[in-house]
Amino acid sequence: MAAETAPQASIGLKALFLGFSSIGLSGFGGVLPFARRLLVDERRWLSAEEFNTLLGLCQFLPGPNVINLSVVVGARYRGVAGSVAAVAGLLAGPIVIALALALLYDHYGSLPVVQGMLRGIAAVGCGLLFATAIRMGVAVREKPFLLPFAGLVFVAIALLRWPMPAVMVGLLALSAGIAYWRLQDAAPR
Amino acid sequence: MPLLADLFLQFTLLFFVAFGGASALLPEMQRVVVEEKHWLDETTFIHLYAIAQAAPGPNGLVVTLIGWEVAGLAGAFVSTLAMCLPMSVVIYFLFRHWERFRGAPWQQAVQVGVAPLAVGLVFSGATLIARSAGIGLAGAGLVAATVALSLKTKLHPLWLIALGAAVGALGAV
Repeated sequence: MAAETAPQASIGLKALFLGFSSIGLSGFGGVLPFARRLLVDERRWLSAEEFNTLLGLCQFLPGPNVINLSVVVGARYRGVAGSVAAVAGLLAGPIVIALALALLYDHYGSLPVVQGMLRGIAAVGCGLLFATAIRMGVAVREKPFLLPFAGLVFVAIALLRWPMPAVMVGLLALSAGIAYWRLQDAAPR
Repeated sequence: MPLLADLFLQFTLLFFVAFGGASALLPEMQRVVVEEKHWLDETTFIHLYAIAQAAPGPNGLVVTLIGWEVAGLAGAFVSTLAMCLPMSVVIYFLFRHWERFRGAPWQQAVQVGVAPLAVGLVFSGATLIARSAGIGLAGAGLVAATVALSLKTKLHPLWLIALGAAVGALGAV
């Protein structure tokens, strides 16, 4: 392990499991803010800078970001067992709750009142997604060159219903190429 | 192919292109699960999405619920494993090398370049839910109100979800 990081040696598997359990169980509508609060502010398992760097990696790679982050934090302290403990902690509680809700749904899902509730929640979830998309859109760099790609993805995925892997590979090659050109252009020589 | 193996394969493939997290994956998940494989109908898919919203934990958990509806407890387990395991193995071996490339031009370019694609994906997911959730004009109002409240206030999402459930239970959407 690199010398600049000073992991606390005392973090055991149980602590990892319980720490990530509390992250998973408190995270409604996005877990990342809760992960940051616990890992950086409360337990000090990571410094703010380490958190940002690792999060950068987890967002750079595909896959569920918070699960990726759990793998990395667990691995840093306890190797493979640590990763397993962290991910298991993150998911165990939420899975039990989600499956309990799914059981209720299987029994009562056809009731009009339940259907209404689910429609209401889906509408709110939809609004939260639009808000997320807007927030992410505001943060996009080199907007005149790159924001059109959001439109292209929308046409290909939502309207034409093309398979996502091909769309992503093709458009990412183009958009990363443009980003590379723009960043080189902007960089002081 | 046996159902469980197919579940594992499909969700593994899905999460290998999940740039922008699980929310960005909704349109593709719906395309594969509903349109291509016919594992669920459109309404059930949206209902499972709503249930995952109402439960705590990562957004990706909708995958566990899809597995559950398609193939019971074994399906839930296999789907969750497919969501976590393959990428976890990759990241486990990658993270030690990450620092070395920090700030490299290609790394920045990919990070900057992937952002607008993720915007398009999340936007597609939201549109898809709006289209298939069977919400009327009042529902569209609820969507718009959620967008405004989420962007303009620091209200916790849980309150908005509770509001949606209450409004829905009253039969207003």
